[in-house]
Amino acid sequence: MNRRPLLEIRNLRVRINGQEILKGITLAVYPGEVHSIMGPNGSGKSTLAQVLAGREVYEIVEGEVLYDGEDLLPMSPEERARRGIFLAFQYPVEIPGVSNLYFLKAAVNTVRKQRGLPELDAMEFLALAREKAKLVELDESLLQRAVNDGFSGGEKKRNEIFQMTLLEPRLAILDETDSGLDIDALRVVAQGINALRHPDRAIVLITHYQRLLNYVTPDVVHVLYDGRIVKSGGKELALELEEKGYGWIAEEIIGSARS
Amino acid sequence: MATPTNIIEELVNREYRYGFVTPVEEEVFPPGLNEDIIRRISAKKNEPEWLLEWRLRAYRYWAKLVEEGAEPRWANVTYPPIDYQAICYYAAPKRRPKSLDEVDPEIRRTYERLGIPLEEQERLAGVAVDAVFDSVSVATTFRQKLAELGIIFCSFSEAVQEYPELVRKWLGSVVPYTDNFFAALNSAVFSDGSFVYVPKGVRCPMELSTYFRINASQTGQFERTLIIADEGAYVSYLEGCTAPMRDENQLHAAVVELIALDNATIKYSTVQNWYPGDREGRGGIYNFVTKRGKCLGRNSKISWTQVEVGSAITWKYPSCILIGDNSVGEFYSVAVTNHYQQADTGTKMIHIGKNTRSTIISKGISAGHGQNTYRGMVKIMRGATGARNYSQCDSLLLGDKCGAHTFPYIEVHEPTAQLEHEATTSKISEEQLFYCRQRGLSAEDAISMIVNGFCKEVLRELPMEFAVEAQKLLGISLEGSVG
Repeated sequence: MNRRPLLEIRNLRVRINGQEILKGITLAVYPGEVHSIMGPNGSGKSTLAQVLAGREVYEIVEGEVLYDGEDLLPMSPEERARRGIFLAFQYPVEIPGVSNLYFLKAAVNTVRKQRGLPELDAMEFLALAREKAKLVELDESLLQRAVNDGFSGGEKKRNEIFQMTLLEPRLAILDETDSGLDIDALRVVAQGINALRHPDRAIVLITHYQRLLNYVTPDVVHVLYDGRIVKSGGKELALELEEKGYGWIAEEIIGSARS
Repeated sequence: MATPTNIIEELVNREYRYGFVTPVEEEVFPPGLNEDIIRRISAKKNEPEWLLEWRLRAYRYWAKLVEEGAEPRWANVTYPPIDYQAICYYAAPKRRPKSLDEVDPEIRRTYERLGIPLEEQERLAGVAVDAVFDSVSVATTFRQKLAELGIIFCSFSEAVQEYPELVRKWLGSVVPYTDNFFAALNSAVFSDGSFVYVPKGVRCPMELSTYFRINASQTGQFERTLIIADEGAYVSYLEGCTAPMRDENQLHAAVVELIALDNATIKYSTVQNWYPGDREGRGGIYNFVTKRGKCLGRNSKISWTQVEVGSAITWKYPSCILIGDNSVGEFYSVAVTNHYQQADTGTKMIHIGKNTRSTIISKGISAGHGQNTYRGMVKIMRGATGARNYSQCDSLLLGDKCGAHTFPYIEVHEPTAQLEHEATTSKISEEQLFYCRQRGLSAEDAISMIVNGFCKEVLRELPMEFAVEAQKLLGISLEGSVG
């Protein structure tokens, strides 16, 4: 393959409060691909997502990350966002007093500016927002409300997917967007993700469970365990995990260490 | 197209823009305060005997307070003792214009730099301006047009000459010189200010505004504003202020009195942007102001809206005395303290008439080492049956070196009264900023957006031209508060 990976992580080691969380991650994600990163609680999945988005509380010990061939780590969170990296938060933050619509218009226009597109005025943006809201079955009244303020858990997750479809990222990282969703909401979220699949775009799904993968078929599944990717495979790996839990992975690692 | 976001982005990167000094020849009285200085101020203004007597009584009262060491110390602010004998009490440009066309070009340029052109035709059609420069009013626009409706809008000095009976009747009727230390000082030495009278049944067709500018150094500004809305009248009044950047502190002690008769409404809005001092807390204005409105008539209404972003220290409690039955008092406030600014501000709502209602919405924002105090009193007198008050005090903190304090006082002597009080304190969290930045917004934009959202309920009370100005100011004054 002569294509360049959209995201290339090489031996990434990350620490917080003196404790190493990621212990050497290597991963390449190509345009058009959907990768799923699975793993038990505390394996470092969310840390990986936050580091890729530029959260400053983490300390990079070693390694590098290339985004579209460029060194990602020195970039500020906003620069990464403007260049097309989107993180759907596991726990979306509430911003009282700032309307969802106003917030998103500002966000969409900074990204458009970066892409050399004209900024949208209020009417144009409203039309776009309504169209996308329909796609993820987001209640239109949530557009006028303050960002995530008083939203239910499911509404917050839908709002993340809604933002993603508006911002049209090149690299979307979804951090446990499926957790805590009922089956209808899960279907809607999957619909939003599938609508975004595109040969120029890559999606990284961080998840604890396999059930989202019933709706979104990943190209590659990775198992993250204790800060390392210990296994990668096709979508059947996700089913195997679902069936056997994460315990057998641990045994396999210990076993291979003994032999 | 300019979006609010990039307007703020541009503005947060600016320093205090109004810190320049105008090179104009001024007549300045020597520093110090005594009866002779007061006589000279009064003579300068060719005042009638009764006014001089009133000033002298105020001065003697104030001098007694000084002797007793009765300068108020209860506010939650700290500053070294003020040497009142080191302050000049009168400064005025030497060339006094007889009409708008004769305004000194330097002064005209000053107001243009401040965004307040004095040419009527260039001015926003909806606003008439009284421009006060140090101790005197230098220009008042649209007087003729307003006079056709019987509305009086002029400098306080002119009102004393031309409408002495109105001035005499109402001056000190809301804030007597015995009210407090700074009100007494103001009553003794006030040099100018604005005067408004709106006659019966007249709705003032434009916003009236006064723009206060301190220019001279070592000089205090002591202006006096008196607004009377006669029965059924309506007026909306705006006030703006700026001062040069200096390392010394300068005193601004104003008094504002509002009187609303039956069915009258007065809306008073302030965007206070006095020089706040530098990042280390050097210099800045001491803004010690007494503002009070009297709802004398039935169904009258007085509404205060203030956006306080400037001054080293703010000490200010725009209040309403609700005497007329069914009268309404409102107080909407945003106070910002950044760097080493201190603010102790709030309101008093005194319910005397039946079915009187009051609303208090206070938003305090603290950043840097800023200290922000809300101090408010709701007092329901016996006989104020059916009185109601709603108070909401919200504080927003940026960083961990600033402080927010709330002192609500409630005194109820009427069992049928209903009071509600809500208070919150929140912080702009690192999580919120990261979330916004992950969506492509800069940290500065994110803060402006969150702060403007926090203040929305107050900002929407401002007349439109001022609302835009105020939003920009919030961005500027919080500059450098991130990280």
